[in-house]
Amino acid sequence: MTPAPDTAPATASASGQGSPDRPDDVLTVRNLGVTVGGRKLVEDVDFTIRAGERVGLIGESGSGKSLTALSVMGLLPDGLRATGSVRLAGVGHDLVDADEARMSRVRGKEIAMVFQEPMTALNPTMKVGRQIAEVLLVHRTRPDRASARAAAVDLLAQVGLPDPAAAVDAYPHQFSGGQRQRVVLAIALANDPALLVCDEPTTALDVTVQARVLDLIVRGVQDRRSAMLFITHDLAVVATACERVMVMYGGRVVESGPVQEVFTRPRHRYTRGLIGASDLTAVDDRGRLATIPGSVPPAGRFPAGCVFRNRCAHATEACATRPDWVPTGPDSGYACFHPVAESGVRGTAVPTNQEAGRG
Amino acid sequence: MAEQPTSAPLAPGPQTGPVDAISVRDVTRDYRRPRASVRRPSPPVHALRGVSFAVPQGQRFGIVGESGCGKSTLLRILAGLDQPTSGSVAIDGRDITGLRERQLRFVRERLQLVFQDPMSALDPRMRVGDIVAEPLVAQGHRHRKERVAELLEAVGLRADAANRYPHQFSGGQRQRISIARALAPRPKIIVADEPVSALDVSVRAQVLNLIADLVDELSLTLVFVSHDLSVVRHVCDRVAVMHDGQIVETGSTEQVYEDPQHSYTRRLIAAAPTLDRALSGVSAADLNRE
Repeated sequence: MTPAPDTAPATASASGQGSPDRPDDVLTVRNLGVTVGGRKLVEDVDFTIRAGERVGLIGESGSGKSLTALSVMGLLPDGLRATGSVRLAGVGHDLVDADEARMSRVRGKEIAMVFQEPMTALNPTMKVGRQIAEVLLVHRTRPDRASARAAAVDLLAQVGLPDPAAAVDAYPHQFSGGQRQRVVLAIALANDPALLVCDEPTTALDVTVQARVLDLIVRGVQDRRSAMLFITHDLAVVATACERVMVMYGGRVVESGPVQEVFTRPRHRYTRGLIGASDLTAVDDRGRLATIPGSVPPAGRFPAGCVFRNRCAHATEACATRPDWVPTGPDSGYACFHPVAESGVRGTAVPTNQEAGRG
Repeated sequence: MAEQPTSAPLAPGPQTGPVDAISVRDVTRDYRRPRASVRRPSPPVHALRGVSFAVPQGQRFGIVGESGCGKSTLLRILAGLDQPTSGSVAIDGRDITGLRERQLRFVRERLQLVFQDPMSALDPRMRVGDIVAEPLVAQGHRHRKERVAELLEAVGLRADAANRYPHQFSGGQRQRISIARALAPRPKIIVADEPVSALDVSVRAQVLNLIADLVDELSLTLVFVSHDLSVVRHVCDRVAVMHDGQIVETGSTEQVYEDPQHSYTRRLIAAAPTLDRALSGVSAADLNRE
């Protein structure tokens, strides 16, 4: 009943108790659920991210993508409860239900996070150099303040801030939004985390600044061979930054696979609809865009069975029961009774000449 | 079109043929920041530095730019919510610069705004029916109930939505309510400021289609402001690219996107990720290259 798409030897992972299955596995999530009261906001999320792998998690509001990230970080808001298992290589305990003392040793060291809003992630009353140094000193990765400060200058240089030696003594309000996000990234990368979790890190940024920050994030994790979990609602961003993608809807992963495959040959009807609706170059003869009917239900109010069935043109009675996960590869699969035929090419949109160029 | 900002042919000459819906001539807007020093006043901020363009009746005109480029200041001036420091703005051929609030009444009838965030643009304590009817009240309209029902239907909401409150609706539905309110006084010009930026992808297409339908059916003139080039490209016939308080390039959307002339426009287009480009191998480093 549980999709276990991300590990080829499914039997080995099903137990999910020991440390991650293979030496390269950094993050192993099994059967993750998030509940509030009796309501399930996220259920049966399974995936593995290996060292150096960049995995995107896409979905619309209420899909559960941010809750998934927060449960990995142990940062769920009060009243929400995570179930299942989240294991991180090199950490001896499960991250689900770990107490705050244990999590604070992991957070900022093994796992780091970049949030959407850099101004709220930074302390406005503290110079940015000290904020970077703090994460080094708290985890004792630098022996003293002088060397932590030197490391902070170095990190600010890595994220391309002009004049890093002076920037360490500036306060967050003295920076622009993009520069602040680079400071947040410097803090996140300070301890060379095994896993970097990014939750809509560029959504609040301008186009040219977004390009800059995306480039820095990708380079930052590549240089460290960190695993990355990248959450966004923007298909183009995820296709640019990640190699693999998971599509969430209604608290479940409905499809996953390599970016190239999922975006060119989607199998789940929701993925197909999402790609169609986001393609602004493909229009019908009246010049109108493809749409998905209806709207995303509020979290926890999705239909039973297939979560997408009340918006799906292909839904039948069969969809009132929950579709099984159909694996199509070691890291790919989908959960749909009426998948898009395998030959189905995405929408009507063949890459148009000027856009398929080198850029 | 050239690297030169605000090219002369843009400025509307003596009127021949139909009057432009909007004509903006050499508009500047300076702000003063609060004093930072007792000795001297802080230097003025030049939010708009000589902006000129004209939007003919029925055109869909896009304004693209990043934060701080002056596009919001320009919108406020177009809507008569702010006055330019110099230059003039005419709506349907009537100059609106220097007019007092009560003289701006015709602007409020002719031109309506749709904002980015439908939650903060709608009063949470008012029922949807009253929100949509509010511009009608201001204008002493009769048969408001019928008009509200008609408007809600036009934007794809059920008539009983009138009795509910904004928080009972999703983001896309709230944006439909904002659009219904904007259409209430039967305006001929809609100015939309990032109307789909806060919406989910699957809902964005619906709202864009709705806007296109309404613009067609009601023969509206549309001014559409966005940071998202692909949205403007889909919606608009013509586009102006703003940077640093100036229009650096203007032209038909196809022409500007296919063959951008100004270096800033080129950078903007190169930096925007698209699915097709990503799938053909364009990486984050490539977007950042230019």
